Amino acid sequence: MLEIKDLHAGVDGSEIIKGISLSVNKGEIHAIMGPNGSGKSTLAKILSGHPAYETTAGKVTFDAKDLLEMDAEERSIAGVFMGFQYPVEVPGVNNAEFLRMAHNARRVSAGEEEIDPLDFDELLSEKMKTLGMEKKYKERNLNDGFSGGEKKKNEILQMAILEPKLAILDETDSGLDIDALRIVSEGVNKLRNNNNALILITHYQRLLDYIKPDFVHVLSKGKIIKSGDKSLALELESQGYDWITPVN
Amino acid sequence: MSDEQNSVSDLLEDNQYKYGFTTDVESDTFAKGLNEDVVRAISKKKNEPEFMLNFRLKAYAKWKTMKEPAWPNVHYPSIDFQDISYYSAPKKKKVLESLDEVDPEVMRTFEKLGIPLDEQKKLANVAVDAVFDSVSVATTHKKKLMEQGIIFCPISEALQDYPELVEEYLGTVVPVGDNYYAALNSAVFTDGSFVYIPPDTISPMEISTYFRINTEETGQFERTLIICAENSYVSYLEGCTAPQFDTNQLHAAVVELVTMDNAEIKYSTVQNWYAGDKETGKGGIYNFVTKRGKCAGENSKISWTQVETGSAITWKYPSCILQGDNSSGEFYSVALTNGHMQADTGTKMIHIGKNTRSSIISKGISADQSSNSYRGQVKIGKNATNARNYSQCDSMLVGDKSSAHTFPYIETANSSVQVEHEAATSKISEDQLFYFESRGISRENAIEAVISGFCKDVFKQLPMEFAVEAQKLLTLKLEDSVG
Repeated sequence: MLEIKDLHAGVDGSEIIKGISLSVNKGEIHAIMGPNGSGKSTLAKILSGHPAYETTAGKVTFDAKDLLEMDAEERSIAGVFMGFQYPVEVPGVNNAEFLRMAHNARRVSAGEEEIDPLDFDELLSEKMKTLGMEKKYKERNLNDGFSGGEKKKNEILQMAILEPKLAILDETDSGLDIDALRIVSEGVNKLRNNNNALILITHYQRLLDYIKPDFVHVLSKGKIIKSGDKSLALELESQGYDWITPVN
Repeated sequence: MSDEQNSVSDLLEDNQYKYGFTTDVESDTFAKGLNEDVVRAISKKKNEPEFMLNFRLKAYAKWKTMKEPAWPNVHYPSIDFQDISYYSAPKKKKVLESLDEVDPEVMRTFEKLGIPLDEQKKLANVAVDAVFDSVSVATTHKKKLMEQGIIFCPISEALQDYPELVEEYLGTVVPVGDNYYAALNSAVFTDGSFVYIPPDTISPMEISTYFRINTEETGQFERTLIICAENSYVSYLEGCTAPQFDTNQLHAAVVELVTMDNAEIKYSTVQNWYAGDKETGKGGIYNFVTKRGKCAGENSKISWTQVETGSAITWKYPSCILQGDNSSGEFYSVALTNGHMQADTGTKMIHIGKNTRSSIISKGISADQSSNSYRGQVKIGKNATNARNYSQCDSMLVGDKSSAHTFPYIETANSSVQVEHEAATSKISEDQLFYFESRGISRENAIEAVISGFCKDVFKQLPMEFAVEAQKLLTLKLEDSVG
């Protein structure tokens, strides 16, 4: 589904990703872990198509299409979802309205008609029920005045509405207390199936107690220095990143 | 950061002015220049009663002693008032019985503008008094309104048919010497609209006037007078567009509203006049308008809603004089400036009666090199016990070359009053747009959503049909430059 080949990338002319290769197939969950400054967030930004980040070498294909040639809008339509570490607040734009716009953008690009607002409301209610989310998420403005945990839950709600083939969750666990972490993780687990894939980008292994990865990759100084299964994350937890990262 | 900001600004670039065309209709136009003879000639041409001529002459005498105001936060080369023609009428018949009689060229212009002066509009239950240049050429729904005793006609016609009504109210809200442009308008206005709602009458439809400036270098001096008698209500819609010209055009309209006991007037405007060349700022309309309403009666209400998206320079302060006890005034405004546009707009709420209330919601959006100023005055007199005002003035900046200014003036002479003022400034950020895009929503739709979210409190005040039009206008200003 996703093929990253020898990716080099950075921002403002400095190279942060220094040759990453990764292959993600449908049904798989990959966790990318690493200390601060290892390039985790840059990788997320590159995959989401953020205009400030630049690829200097390498290839990324998604369903055999060149992902790097697509802008953010096209990536979303193609089925890539980015769960942001810091979702932006948009005062004045109703959350449910925003979700309907996103849903309709997908339908229109597939040559379908826009959804009837009442039908969408039903769909939204159903998704919110599945995720155990309160009604307020419909009524409030997009992330406006949301707590950190509410913003992350709202990201998962967007994921539920968009039903992406590939979801990349960037530090979804940061800033969450244990209850919020559980709710968000349960939501993600409910959205999983054999046809979609998930990349979890995280600093801590605690998220992986709730969402069990098939593969764990350790990123350091812009490179994947070790890959393994779930046990690698546990080992990191007990020994710290120093155990594995090269010492200067 | 500045690069990011610029790219957002680029998105808001105005496209070529959609309504930039002139209609080839032979016009009956006076030679340029203004003196007492011109004032007399206008009055004679329109066969006006004696009081009207005297009104004009008094205004002209005042105007001669006055100077253009220098305090607004706008800059433009000085206007040569002797280089303007003060009368222009499409050279066509007198009274028209039906639309079929209107010059086909004029009708085509209206069609291009999308002015729905047709059966559809009738079915939509909106009467349209279309002012082409300064003389009305068509009035619809007049009969239906007349059945309820509602008068809706060109003011020139009202001067013939209801001179005593016009004489009683004209100049009572905006006196002839009120300000430089109002004095000029009072001396030389050629036409406009007149509305009278008799007591105990709810207007069965929204009354709508569309007008546009046609002949090049013809000053446009509209005069509107709306009177709403006891226990009555009317919603009045005004929308304007103008063709593209190289020479700046002066527009100095005066609108006066009067409400009696328990009466209410809701006055809504969507303004999209030519703003001048996008790059150089050349051309465009100078929109110097005096709009004021007087809540003369108890429990009466006047509500102004405006969506200002055009004109090179806007100088406009729709105001309310809250004279009757328990009367209330409202001002809802969206002003969008881009290119080299300059806007200095706001309101005045003058509280005279007891328990008077006013609220002001102003939303300014400035892009490119434009300058957008809110200027508002809340004045509470010594007898206005328990008066209340709430003001909220929000600005949205796009790019780093535009500017937003807020000039609130608050004066209270009574200690029992309550005045609140809130202000906020925000930006459309690249991060917000990216967030929408990463959910598959186009940049264009993202901008539209953010802008209409910002303007929501004002749009919801507009009559449904107008709200759609306003939304379209803002989007038109912003789209085409997207992507």
